[in-house]
Amino acid sequence: MTTKLQTLPAPDKKSAGAGKPTNHRKPKKARESRGTLAFSRLQRTKALVKHAILILAGALMIYPLLWMVVSSLRPNEVIFRDPGLWLNSLEMSNYTDGWSALTHPFGHYMLNSAIVVVGSILGNLISCSMAAYAFARLQFTGKKLFFGIMLLTIMLPFHVVIVPQYILFSQIGWVNTFWPLLVPKLLATDAFFVFLMVQFIRGIPKDLDEAARIDGAGHPRIFLRVILPLMVPALATTTIFTFIWTWNDFFGALIYLTDPDMFTVPVALRAFVDSQSATSWGSLFAMSIVSLLPVFLVFLFGQRFLIKGIATTGIK
Amino acid sequence: MSAISELSTLAKRKGPVTAAEKKANGRDNKAAYIFLLPWLVGLVAITIGPMLMSLYLSFTDYNLLQPPEWTGLDNFIRMLSDARLHNSLGVTFTYVFVGVPLQLAVALLIALVLDKGLRGLPFYRSVFYLPSLLGGSVAVAILWKQIFGTTGLVNQVLAMFGVQGPGWISDPSTALGSIVLLHVWTFGAPMIIFLAGLRQIPVMYYEAARVDGAGTLQQFWRITLPMLSPIIFFNLVLQIIGSFQSFTQAFIVSGGNGGPSDSTMFFTLYLYQKGFGQFDMGYASAMAWFLLVIIGVFTAINFIAAKYWVFYDD
Repeated sequence: MTTKLQTLPAPDKKSAGAGKPTNHRKPKKARESRGTLAFSRLQRTKALVKHAILILAGALMIYPLLWMVVSSLRPNEVIFRDPGLWLNSLEMSNYTDGWSALTHPFGHYMLNSAIVVVGSILGNLISCSMAAYAFARLQFTGKKLFFGIMLLTIMLPFHVVIVPQYILFSQIGWVNTFWPLLVPKLLATDAFFVFLMVQFIRGIPKDLDEAARIDGAGHPRIFLRVILPLMVPALATTTIFTFIWTWNDFFGALIYLTDPDMFTVPVALRAFVDSQSATSWGSLFAMSIVSLLPVFLVFLFGQRFLIKGIATTGIK
Repeated sequence: MSAISELSTLAKRKGPVTAAEKKANGRDNKAAYIFLLPWLVGLVAITIGPMLMSLYLSFTDYNLLQPPEWTGLDNFIRMLSDARLHNSLGVTFTYVFVGVPLQLAVALLIALVLDKGLRGLPFYRSVFYLPSLLGGSVAVAILWKQIFGTTGLVNQVLAMFGVQGPGWISDPSTALGSIVLLHVWTFGAPMIIFLAGLRQIPVMYYEAARVDGAGTLQQFWRITLPMLSPIIFFNLVLQIIGSFQSFTQAFIVSGGNGGPSDSTMFFTLYLYQKGFGQFDMGYASAMAWFLLVIIGVFTAINFIAAKYWVFYDD
């Protein structure tokens, strides 16, 4: 089975088969020149219709988000009656109110989230790249079996392990610490990234390792000096996805972090929803925007890696 | 190559390396296991160990305080007569089997419109992809709660046309629908996979078809769909597995109780309530294994059915 996603060019490059057909397309064009006018008009209408559809669909998709941003800058009572995006004045009080609405200022929860995110990223980068090197480059007993297991764990629903994991971590006394969220990352349980890196390492020419080996380098050296520097794009993709998934992770935090001191952003937001009467949407929206901002920034600057990561391995 | 295709080739492939080759390569067992150590420890301590443990717990009565008490099949028998559990299965199935096809259909449609060198593609792609990234967050779930609330955005828009909309998430008949819609809204990720797949279809197939006089629709049915079928399959498997585990949106939109009147009580939400609300860990474990079996069965069905509709161009 060859789902050729692996060798995919970045989707922003022009169509995949662009190289081949050009040589017999040129003479055809010359012959067609008489019909070009009518032809291109049809094409242009078609493109216009397409753009119209896309702009409409895109606007519909993004509208709720824009409306949330605008609403977060409005007084509460306006949120309930104005579906438009026009702002008469900037109401910053939602942000100041929301920031200090919970036991701790919102920055406290952002900091907690940041700690978990940074730890998770480091854990995933180290443990997953090590496992990936073994799977991609080393021959060992049981490789096929382990590789198969690793692929299966990508698809394993985590609910099956969450109950005993919780029991385990609560017996060690790790409830209300970040360890239950960090330790699994240090142990490469996000097998998706192992797979992503295996795919990437397979694309690195083996000659490079062999040259290093002839020069007397052992596996640790080859891994650190040859492979790791070459797999920076895969590491970047891992970093970005880990950032977003960990930043958004609600279930793990909900289970393990019950002390408001330890809340990460998602559980803090949830506590905010529960503590507020239905009338304070403004500050709720404001803090929601604050919580989405880091993800949005990562999206802006890391889009290339995100899209390539999805296209090659296919998990959101 | 995707994880799924890799897995199925792994099952088929017989000895990719011959014995002689193996000897020539030499084995690096020691080095390999050192590199694999974190992963292996994780596999045993975080995945397989807990799995076995939860299998054991599913046959016990356990509340975290007293030691587990063996009760045999009691938990599973209880599940048979647990009306709320049956309801939660219904809710989850509806969510998965309405939400996933709908989401994939939209993803494919937009991908088809976006394909073929349209100007502004990167811009459109970003706009459609953004919700995928944000959709799993608590913040967006909060937004959804407002949008579909009685005085929410949707009803404000409807009011402009003189229509008095219902309280979408406070009405049991529409609450689930609004969460399905949230799932559809995150079609960006599968769309990108479709776009990548569309680019892999050789242009010459379409040129040949055009020469033979095939229309756009015919080209779609005879070339695009069959050539894209492995990708559709791939998206389908992943989305079904993922959707069965959805939790955050239903939890936030319903305020954690799966309401109104259990209409958004997802299986995972019920599992959470049993395990971490009532600390009925034995029952929660049994439910978790039941969920694993359900997902396993549907994935297996998917793989079997794939033989009849997925086309591989080898």
